[in-house]
Order: sequence, then structure tokens, then C-alpha cells
Amino acid sequence: MQLIKSDINIDFLGKQKIGFVFSAILIIASIIGLIVHKGPNYGIDFSGGALIQVKFAQNISIAQVRDSLAGLDLKDLSVQDFGETDDHEFLIRTGSTETVGKGLAQSVSAAILQGAGVTPEIRRVEMVGPQVGDDLKKQALLAIFYSLLFITIYISGRFELKWILSGVTAGALMTAVYFLSVFNVSMPVLITGALVVSLVLFWRLRLKFAIGALIALIHDVFITVGIFSILNLDFSLPIIAALLTIIGYSLNDTIIVFDRIRENIKGESSKTALPGLFNKSINQTLSRTILTSVTTLIVLLALFFLGGDIIHNFAFAMIIGVLIGTYSSIFVASPVVLAAARKG
Amino acid sequence: MKPFTYTRILILGVLITAVVFLLPTFTNTWPHKKINLGLDLQGGMHLVLEVQNIKAVEAELERTVDDLKKELRKDSITHMGITRQEDNTILAQLPDKKAKNAFEKIVSKEFSNLKIAASSAGGDATSFQLRLPDDEKEMIQKMATEQALETIRNRIDEFGVSEPDIRIQGENRILIQLPGINDPDRAKDLIGKTAQLTFQLVNEDVSAEAALQGSLPVGSQILYENKTDPVTGNTAKIAHVIKKQVLLDGSLLVDARVEFDQFQQPQVGIEFNRKGAHIFDRITGQNIKKRLAIVLDNTVYSAPVIQDRIAGGKAVITGNFTMEEAKDLAIALRAGSLPAPVSIIEERTVGPTLGADSIRMGMISMLAGGALVLLFMAIYYKGAGLVANLALVMNIILIGGGLAAFQATLTLPGIAGIILTIGMAVDANVIIFERIREEIRWGKTPLAAVHAGFDKATLTILDANVTTLIAAIVLFQFGTGPVKGFAVTLGLGIVASLFTALVLSKSIFDYILQKKTASTLSI
Repeated sequence: MQLIKSDINIDFLGKQKIGFVFSAILIIASIIGLIVHKGPNYGIDFSGGALIQVKFAQNISIAQVRDSLAGLDLKDLSVQDFGETDDHEFLIRTGSTETVGKGLAQSVSAAILQGAGVTPEIRRVEMVGPQVGDDLKKQALLAIFYSLLFITIYISGRFELKWILSGVTAGALMTAVYFLSVFNVSMPVLITGALVVSLVLFWRLRLKFAIGALIALIHDVFITVGIFSILNLDFSLPIIAALLTIIGYSLNDTIIVFDRIRENIKGESSKTALPGLFNKSINQTLSRTILTSVTTLIVLLALFFLGGDIIHNFAFAMIIGVLIGTYSSIFVASPVVLAAARKG
Repeated sequence: MKPFTYTRILILGVLITAVVFLLPTFTNTWPHKKINLGLDLQGGMHLVLEVQNIKAVEAELERTVDDLKKELRKDSITHMGITRQEDNTILAQLPDKKAKNAFEKIVSKEFSNLKIAASSAGGDATSFQLRLPDDEKEMIQKMATEQALETIRNRIDEFGVSEPDIRIQGENRILIQLPGINDPDRAKDLIGKTAQLTFQLVNEDVSAEAALQGSLPVGSQILYENKTDPVTGNTAKIAHVIKKQVLLDGSLLVDARVEFDQFQQPQVGIEFNRKGAHIFDRITGQNIKKRLAIVLDNTVYSAPVIQDRIAGGKAVITGNFTMEEAKDLAIALRAGSLPAPVSIIEERTVGPTLGADSIRMGMISMLAGGALVLLFMAIYYKGAGLVANLALVMNIILIGGGLAAFQATLTLPGIAGIILTIGMAVDANVIIFERIREEIRWGKTPLAAVHAGFDKATLTILDANVTTLIAAIVLFQFGTGPVKGFAVTLGLGIVASLFTALVLSKSIFDYILQKKTASTLSI
């Protein structure tokens, strides 16, 4: 069986403009989403606060739960339906990390018993103090930064055989980041700075594959973050794990295309032939690109629909990431490499 | 044709090893290493405590101030006040030259750990600023954290939790993992209790009312007692004026256990060691008809009038305890007090039913996703698809075996990692198969096409997987708990898929092509 005909020859690079517009729309939408919601919607892992998942044996309304909690004086209280409707399960979130006297879960349980007359089953309690939240945020950003860094080193080393050059670049970057972090520069600024420096360096050093891959990665992660922000979904630790996996996955796609480009480009010195070669490479790997995305999407959809609420957002982030990653390896990474190659 | 090539022996060896490690999880056979389930799957509590170990430094300084005063009194040297300051230095004011010299002598002889940071003279009087050197301070803080860890471990051991994991994290944090705990609130109370037991005299010169209105005598403090009315059940807070001087504390306890009074109310009986018993004997003898307060974590539990000298070093703590409260207090007292208060800065508790639900849903999505992928591959690549499917099944076995062998922890995101691997692991085979199809289209024989396909695809597959492996390693390094579990399964999945695609699939193709010299290949 074949989904993609073997003699397929789509002029992807000729459709660069469509891709460019599409990406631009997504990026602008992401920026607007981020501005409207004042940055990513951090979950309690990063902002600090508490989350309590309660389950009732009988029918009870959200309003009843919320009303009985009113007396506890919880900061930013929200009560949300969770899981199937006949589960009578709710998610209580608050910015408070403790209540006076007893523990949070105990207080919530007692307040609901008093207000609604039923005792909830406390299924899950997550409480993160503000200090821990800050630490986790820092760690998450560092994780994203380091994976981007190591991966770009690997690509520039592997594809252009400039291990020493990329190693030196990486060393310089890490030193710069270290010094900046001593001065307590905020992490997002630090990482943006580091990424900009990397891009400029790669451009200057003519590491065209590295720059293509890096731009595609930033594109994918940013849009995934943006879509999460537009839909007002929580950023939690598993979402960071999803972002890193997306980085790995998207690159996986990009590398397969790059490998083909490199293979086809051998012995070709004329720059005018480049667009044709790039197109040929994308078309040759298209079948594989689509197939792998299909199998990955199959399992992710299974996880999304059957895996339960706790893993829901993680699966969703991965689905977006796989779609965007597949798209970007064709419409973002390759055109950027071509542009760099034509210039160089 | 040799039935046993090196490759086949390797594959068989790897498969058998994986199965041997995986089996105990289901059958409890040798080597008895089950796959560890994370707290989010088996239920349990994850806590991070912050030891406020600066309080241990403060306590040390308070003790030093007391000792300094004692020394000065012994040599009958007058002073105008020795106090601990907010910035954890000691301010000592001395009226004249003689006192100044004597003070300096005492400090250099008896308190060699104190440094004179500054001194200023005004007329005859001199004031000294004394402080602990930084390394001394750090040492006290470090010891406080270590001691807190030890104490908490003892308490948890007595509480009875199977396989607790308690360790120091960073400078002043303690990470506690208690799997399968069914009363998290009680455990938290027990762990977080400072359990600082002291015996202090009640200051009977002033009434509590007068003291509350501002005439609190120097050297006394107001502490409260929670009294429950046995009839109405209402709790009231009763103020007591308590002298700050601690006559005896819980460090000299040898035992604490639950006892019952004549109304079958639980109370905690305590017993001091010989030194403690001796002190108790002396203070009760010296203070007959006075009230002695039993203070626990700055709350008065009772303040009975001493009727007679008490020898033998036994006392009881009463306070309307429930049976559980009395039991936990006894545990805490036996295990000793925490050197500094602790606060819970992170908590993640998952009830056992939720954990079971998560496992069930994870398994269902794994089976559903896996079945769909197997079906898809079989339809799309026919015979070769079956080879890929075999590789996929082997892949899952390898991940399971790897988890058990490395004693890694399987978490809910970890299950998601396995599910993701199912989708991504076929990728390596897809790359190879697509390449083989291309080679066949260019007119190569099946054997040549397969060889060319594997040759050309190998490097690409390695390249593509290294990047995800990098992401997994970084995630493992930075992640905690559940996320780390994801990094582990993702990483194992990648390594396993490299093996199954590049070694297993290739070996199967070799076998098929050696057997039949047919000119077609089901791909």
C-alpha cells in the first residue's frame, strides 16, 4: 500500500510564501495570545499554589462546592469539573498554599462537609510553595535551553563536520549564560539572549543546517506555547517534558530531510541547482515523514482520548507539536537552509 | 546456512535477559526486581520540607548568651545587658574598664568560637558586638538539617511506612516519599511537629490578664493552653505567664508511651534518663506548691501545682488527646525533637484509587494505540510490516526489562513515554522500508535493495534518534519525579528501537532472503 505516490514531485520551495504566511499567522496569533493572557498561564508547578482533586459519591454541583469553600478565604479559588460528568469529580485550585491551623486538604474536606453535607474523597493534592515554583521554573527553562544548545551543537558538528567550531560556540554561550546568571538576569531574557546570540553566530559562521534546525525548533516551541496560551491551558511540568520531546521529534523529521539533502547535494557545486535538489530531497522523504507522523499521531490520539484527564494536556501539547514539527521540517527548516546556502 | 550467527545469539540473549528481568513484576520469580511504580501510580505522598535551620543558629546564640551571663555571674562581674540581636550577633554592654577586661578574658578563654566583630566605647562603658564565624554558622545549619533528617526518619520508621525514601535535597530541604500511605494528614502532622518539650515555671507574680495588658515581667512570656470544655466541646485559649527559663527539656527523655487516666482518656507518659530524673527531682523539690508548666512547641499542655518532690523521673502529658494524637505525640517524643522548625514547601499526594485509575487508563491507551499501529503497519507494509511489528513487541519487552533491571520508576508520564515510543519506534523501520522500496523501484533485486536500504538508512536513523536522546537526557537531568519517569522510558525506548530496527529487523530480513531466492519481497 502507498499513501504517497513514489513519483510525487511537489514544488514545496515554490510554495514557500504560503508557508511563510501560515507561520506568520500562527506566530502573530501566539504573540497576541501571550499578550492578552499576560504571558504563559503557569500552573501551580511554576506559580505556586495548590490543587485538590475531590470525588463525591453523589451528585453535587460546582456552585455547592464553591459556596462551601467561600469561608476558607482561599486566594484565587477556582472549582472545575473534572473527568466524566457522572464521576462527580472536581478540581479545586487556589493560589494559597496553606490555611490557618490545619492542612489545606483537611480544611477543604471539613468545609465541604459543613457546607454541602457530604465528605469528599481526596484523590490528589498538589501543593507547591512559591519558592519551589520559582526553582522549578528556572529548571524548566534551563532544560529547554540546554537541550536546544546540545542539539544545535550536534547538528552543526554532524552535518558540517565543524565539531570544534560548534564546540567553541557552545562553550562561549555557556560561559555567557553563566556570567549573566550571576548577575541575576531573569531567565526568559537570558534564554532569548542566548538564542539570538546563537542564531547570529551560526549565520556568521555559515552553519546553515544548524541555523535551519534552530529556527525550526524555536518556531515549533513558540507556536506550541502560543496555542496553549490562546486556549488558556495550564503550563505544568509534564508540558515542559512535552516541549522537549517536541524539540527532539521535530528535529528528527528535520534531520531526515537534511540527511537526504546532504546526500543529494554531493558533487553539486552550482547554486542554481540547489532549489531543485532541496525539493527532490523533501519529496523523497515525504512518504516517511507523513507515515511516522501518522503512527505517532495514532498513539497520541489514543492517549488523548483514553489516557485520562491528568495526561490530557500533555497529549494535546504533543499532538500540536507533532503537527507543527512535521510542517516546519518541510516549510521552515529547508527554506532557511536554502536561503543560507544561496547566500554563502 | 548456520542457524546460529553472532547476531542471532545476541538477539536471543538480549530477549531472554529482558524477559527474565520483566517476569518478576508479574510472577515474583528470580531476580525479584519488580518494576517500581511511582507515587502517582501506586498512591502515596511526596513532601519537600524546608528546615528553618537559621532557627538552630538563633537557639545556639541564645544558649551562648545564657552561658555568658552565667560565667559573668560566677566571677561577679556586672554587665548592662547581653542580648541576641536580630542580625544574629550578640550585643554585650559593660559598665567599666574592669568589667571590660574580665569580659574579654572570659570570651577568649571560654568562648573561643565567638569573634569580637566590633567594640565601641562611650565614657567608661564599652559595648561589644560578638558573632559566630560564618563557617561555624554553616556548620550549625548543616548539622540541623542532618539531625532533622535523622529525627524524621526515626519518626517515619516508628509510624510504619514500607519503603520510605527520605533524603536531603540542596542545602536545607528534605525530600520525603511515602508510598501507599493512607492517612496523609496524620503523617504530615507527625513529620512536621517540632516536638520541643520543655518544663518551665509559671510566673505567679502577675495574672495573665495584667500581663496581656502590658505589664509582662522581664524574663517571662505569654503562652496559651487549648482547653476543651468536656460538656460543650468548645475549645478555648487560656493564657499563661510562663518564665522563659527552661528547667528541663525533652532531650533527656528515654521513653514516651500512651497511657490512660482513670477516665480511660489517653495521655502520654514520659520517662527521663538518670540525669533528667535527677534534675526533675531537684526542680520539683525546690518548687513545691508552685505551678510547673509542661510546654510542647510553645503551647502549654498543663500547668499543675507541684504537690511534692517527684523522684524516679516520670511524668505525664495530658491534653484531651485522641488515641491517634497521643500515639503520634509519643512517637515524636521518642524520636526526639527537631533541631529547628520545618515547613512543608511542596506536597504531592495521590490517593490509591486515583493511582489505580491512572494505571488502568494508561494501559488501555497503550493497548489501543499499540493495536492500531500494529494494524496500520501490517496493512501498509504487508510482510515487512509484520517484521516491524515483531520489532515493536520486542521493543516494549526491552523497555519493561530495562525498567526492572535499572530499578527505574514507572510513572504516569512514563507510561505516556512508552506509548509515544510505540508511535515513534516504528519510525526507524519506516525509514528503512521506504528506502528499500526506493531501491526496488530503481530495479535492484530484493536482496540488494534490503542491503542498500539498511546501509543508507542506518546513519540517518542514528542521527535522528540522537537528538531525541539528547532531549531525554536533559529532561532526566532537570526533571523531578513523574517527569523523570518520562525521560527514562523515552530514553529506553529510543535505545531499544535502535536495537530492534538495526539488529533485529535486519536479522529477520537476512533470514527470509537467505531462505528463499525469490524475486519478490513483501513490502
